Amino acid sequence: MAIITSFAAALLGLPWTAAAQGVRPYSVVGDAVPESLTGTRGDAARGRALLVERASTCILCHSGPFPEQKFQGDLAPNLSGSGGRWSEGQLRLRLVDASRLNAATIMPSYYRVDGLNRVGTSWRGKPILSAEQIEDIVAYLATLRD
Amino acid sequence: MKLLGCIAVLTTLAGAAVAAEIPQAERRSGYSFMTADTEAMQDEDTANPGMLWVLDGEALWKRRAGAADKACADCHNDARASMKGVAAHYPAFEKTLGRPVDLEQRINLCRTNHQQASPFAYESRDLLALSAYVARQSRGMPIEAGSDPKLAPFVEKGRELFMQRQGQLNLGCINCHDDNWDKKLAGSAITQAHPTGYPLYRLEWQSLGSLQRRLRACITGVRAQAYDWGSPELVELELYLMSRAQGMKMEAPAVRP
Ligand code: HEC
Ligand code: HEC
Repeated sequence: MAIITSFAAALLGLPWTAAAQGVRPYSVVGDAVPESLTGTRGDAARGRALLVERASTCILCHSGPFPEQKFQGDLAPNLSGSGGRWSEGQLRLRLVDASRLNAATIMPSYYRVDGLNRVGTSWRGKPILSAEQIEDIVAYLATLRD
Repeated sequence: MKLLGCIAVLTTLAGAAVAAEIPQAERRSGYSFMTADTEAMQDEDTANPGMLWVLDGEALWKRRAGAADKACADCHNDARASMKGVAAHYPAFEKTLGRPVDLEQRINLCRTNHQQASPFAYESRDLLALSAYVARQSRGMPIEAGSDPKLAPFVEKGRELFMQRQGQLNLGCINCHDDNWDKKLAGSAITQAHPTGYPLYRLEWQSLGSLQRRLRACITGVRAQAYDWGSPELVELELYLMSRAQGMKMEAPAVRP
């Protein structure tokens, strides 16, 4: 039911604003966050470097066009071509809070601090990635066009 | 484009709805996810590093300790007979506490109550050695933990803990170990989390380690607050995992990557 509601909200294109502290407010339009979280474009080269780092957690689950990376996951779609499948705004929402599109997803919400359970003290109150890091990764993903 | 996106979302929704327990016939020990080399290391006592702890445990079994100046063997005699199958029933219900205790806690209850000695610290060499020695006496026997009806509410709590999403990554045990056990997380096999071999030697740890250590590592892995050593929550998780593995064979001391 919750899935349907947020899904319907996405279809109706209702804007939504993050109220929590620790993250800057952003607006969801349709199934996307059209505007940059920082107001500027990210850096694709930095985005790639960050995405393949273990600490960003992406390639724990995903594989992609990273031939130099020996250890990649297969819990999630291959990231090759994601820039062809999705707009920057759609990619941004998938990173910011994928659970708004699929309440049952296992993909973590990278820019969210509320509604979480038993977060460890060293991580509490902080999003997994900063707004700058998300913009860098979005800029990189947008270059992946098969 | 928008419509295509919606269809993709709906397809994933349908795909994500499976989340079911693993059928009996498909249950697999962590052993069967390993390379032949690591399997051989577990199978050969002379190659299995865990046997060093078992040998230490055998010596401790016979050593007198505490104000009572008694050894485990003074009450239990030969462990090969008296401890056969015991570990396959743990965690077990402890009447005086009204809740389940795991094997390490049972050993420490004997230390304090019967030997009048101080309890061993969690993950200390001595506690790992004694629990490895006791668990070894159940090798090859089927897991039977959790069948005592008094344990039912604790098994249920463990099941809830297994399902709860937690931590900054917002994942539950179930998301990996029930729903994705045939997949790889950054190259390493996600197993079904059957605790058949504990305490076990992990190549990554370069040491023997308890089931509680393993559980705390998975909890920290999703960036959640690990429950304290010996906390009711960890024992309930241990109990749920053991009852989920009922009928599977004990392998302690196992080897894992
Ligand atoms: C724990 C697993 C997990 C992690 C970690 C993860 N994802 Fe995902 N991701 C998924 C799954 C599963 C999907 C499929 C859609 C869904 O379930 O929501 C997905 C979908 C996506 C998509 C859409 C793919 C497509 O073509 O449809 C993109 C892009 C993406 N993830 C990027 C990332 C990036 C970048 C990171 C790290 C910052 C990341 N993911 C971390 C599990 C994960
Ligand atoms: C994001 C994925 C993930 C989550 C969530 C997760 N685990 Fe694990 N777990 C693994 C992987 C991968 C392994 C095996 C590799 C390793 O040991 O690191 C493992 C190993 C285990 C093992 C050892 C199995 C053996 O054969 O020795 C147990 C038991 C276990 N997990 C229990 C749990 C419990 C209980 C939880 C929740 C509190 C949990 N796991 C959450 C990925 C996960």
